[in-house]
Amino acid sequence: MSETWKTLKPYALITPQTLIFLMFLVFPILMIGVVSFWEFNGYSMTPAFTLDNYRGILTGVTFKTYLNTFKFLGMVWVATLLIGYPVAYFLAFHVPKLEWQILLFLLCTIPFWTSNIIRMISWVPLLGREGLVNQMLMGTGLVQQPLEFLLYSDFAVVLGMVHLYIIFMIAPIFNSLMRIERSLVTAAEDLGASGVQVFKEVILPLSAPGIAIGSIFIVTLIMGEFVTVRLMGGGQSASVGKLIQTQIGSLQYPLAAANAMVLLAVTMLIIVSILRVLDIRKEL
Amino acid sequence: MGKFSRRQVMRTGLAAGAFLTATRCASAPKGTPNNPAPGPEVNANQSKDVTLRLIGTGVSQINDIRDKAQEDLGFKFDMRALSTEENNQIAITQPGQYDIFDGEYFSLPLVIPSGNLQPIDINRITNYDKIVSYFRTGEFKGMPVEKSQGTSPYKVQYLTGPDSKEFSATPTEYATLIPFQYNADTLGYRPDLVGREIKSWGELFNEGFKGKTAILDIPQIGIMDAAMVAEALGLMTFADKGNMTKAEIDQIIDILKEQKSKGQFRAFWKTFDESVNLMSSGEVVLQSMWSPAVTAVQAKGIECIYAPLKEGYRGWGGGLGLSKNLEGIKLDAAYDYMNWMLDGWVGAFLGRQGYYSAAPETAKKFMSEAEWAFWYEGKPATEDMVDPFGKTLAKAGAVRDGGSFEERFGNIVCWNSTMEENTYLVQKWNEFIAS
Repeated sequence: MSETWKTLKPYALITPQTLIFLMFLVFPILMIGVVSFWEFNGYSMTPAFTLDNYRGILTGVTFKTYLNTFKFLGMVWVATLLIGYPVAYFLAFHVPKLEWQILLFLLCTIPFWTSNIIRMISWVPLLGREGLVNQMLMGTGLVQQPLEFLLYSDFAVVLGMVHLYIIFMIAPIFNSLMRIERSLVTAAEDLGASGVQVFKEVILPLSAPGIAIGSIFIVTLIMGEFVTVRLMGGGQSASVGKLIQTQIGSLQYPLAAANAMVLLAVTMLIIVSILRVLDIRKEL
Repeated sequence: MGKFSRRQVMRTGLAAGAFLTATRCASAPKGTPNNPAPGPEVNANQSKDVTLRLIGTGVSQINDIRDKAQEDLGFKFDMRALSTEENNQIAITQPGQYDIFDGEYFSLPLVIPSGNLQPIDINRITNYDKIVSYFRTGEFKGMPVEKSQGTSPYKVQYLTGPDSKEFSATPTEYATLIPFQYNADTLGYRPDLVGREIKSWGELFNEGFKGKTAILDIPQIGIMDAAMVAEALGLMTFADKGNMTKAEIDQIIDILKEQKSKGQFRAFWKTFDESVNLMSSGEVVLQSMWSPAVTAVQAKGIECIYAPLKEGYRGWGGGLGLSKNLEGIKLDAAYDYMNWMLDGWVGAFLGRQGYYSAAPETAKKFMSEAEWAFWYEGKPATEDMVDPFGKTLAKAGAVRDGGSFEERFGNIVCWNSTMEENTYLVQKWNEFIAS
């Protein structure tokens, strides 16, 4: 009896999670996959097997929208990495006390404390035509006309996403930096390595898995993003997520489903390629 | 101190991050005039066991109306305020979720074929003949609205039979919706920043307002505004704006793309709040607006004019429809509610917010003379106009933009539209946004 229980126990333990996983993740995705082959006539959909929805999205618009989404992704990724890495580095190596580390770390989560609507409203007085930034620039005589690109532009979209998602880059990098054996740094220094060399030869390679995990977070978040794109882009910027949202809003479920399947595939592809380049298993 | 292990800290941090993401994503904007957060349910009366479930857009699902209805009728209401898009989605895909559908006329070409609404027997609507004639007969004193294009309410008001899913071109005894509220939409602008009077839709593409205009990012409505502008400027003509051909859609979208690439638009908006925010911050000085949004800007003490334009207005209208699941006592209750709605109290309530009532005649009884003169007759206010929530909307002496009910309603030239080429429109609209 106890022997059987022992063999069964691990299975019993993973059953609830597996069920939830199957019911709320795998099953819905399968359903979306099924619906993406259905026919639809403007107001209702009928079970069928048609490739029209996929044909419908293989157009110039979708291609352009994907390019635009990749553009956002690239810019956000570079920005979060360039800003996030030094921040994580500072937190890990230059903040000696754990309490301070925690406190500063929590500061990075502040963007999540407000709702979309509050953020949307509060960017206006900062970046708007008569906003603080423009007033400052004009006050110091740097520009004569208010800069319009600060808000409702691709710049604003990237800014909004970096502001929101940078924590997902900082956290894993910070984590991997914290795990670096400090004696390795000492050893490198003992062997005569310069500061740059220590960073290049020791710290960067050891924190690469953190960068990879952070990048995966960024990729998954940005590829499906539509709220920031709409609010910060003033509705003028396109992303795949927004495209799908417009289709759902107009009840074009099968088209939206087909789009979602393609998006899922593309995102998976990017993640797989990241995992190909970097092994994150030792990090987990 | 210092007892935390690093791993633990990281784990907590990540979990906190994940939690915050989850809560952030889950929180939709709530509690705005267009989409008020539903208040706590109050059971004012339990004498009858009927609860009617209503779905509708935020402009119509108002707690005050629900409370008054519960008090007068003695049964309960459960109201859900949704966005226009969600409302249509539920009407079509989840018929079991509602008893009364409060939706826009332009959604009917999508909702009716789903068979989720049952025709309304107009013989059971006591004040049916008091409803504004345009909705019933398509006539309105020979004014331009009679020839209006798009999904005009009259075109989708009647069904051919008791079990029909087909619209009837002439009046029958089976109605799709009983009109609830409607209005004539137009451009709103900031007189202090524009500096002159706006008289034509064409001004939206005026280079003088480059980077300071906005339109709606809802294809079925935005396209109508764009069409009004293009026609006003003589950029193109339509055989029927409300039912564009693919070629016409291509052409108008090209015009929009060109304007977008020239930087004419500051933003596109999708929700009521966004339009209010754009206007009150001065980011946009001229844009397509909904009437309560203009009121909301004015309520902040900022001047905003809802321009009467020479080309006419873009109309919208919503009404109440019956779910096919209603029967017996619940169906009776639903008819009671519709009759109560046309009785006047609701009409007056909506009138004080600047909407028009389906049966103005009955609403008049519940409005003061001064209110009636201001909102319906277009006369200068003899006293401050206060909305049902206590906000002053117009000071004594002010005149309603666009004048009297007749002048405004009569000059509607097109309505929000669901076209035959709806799918193509959405596809092209996405193209425009992506351009």
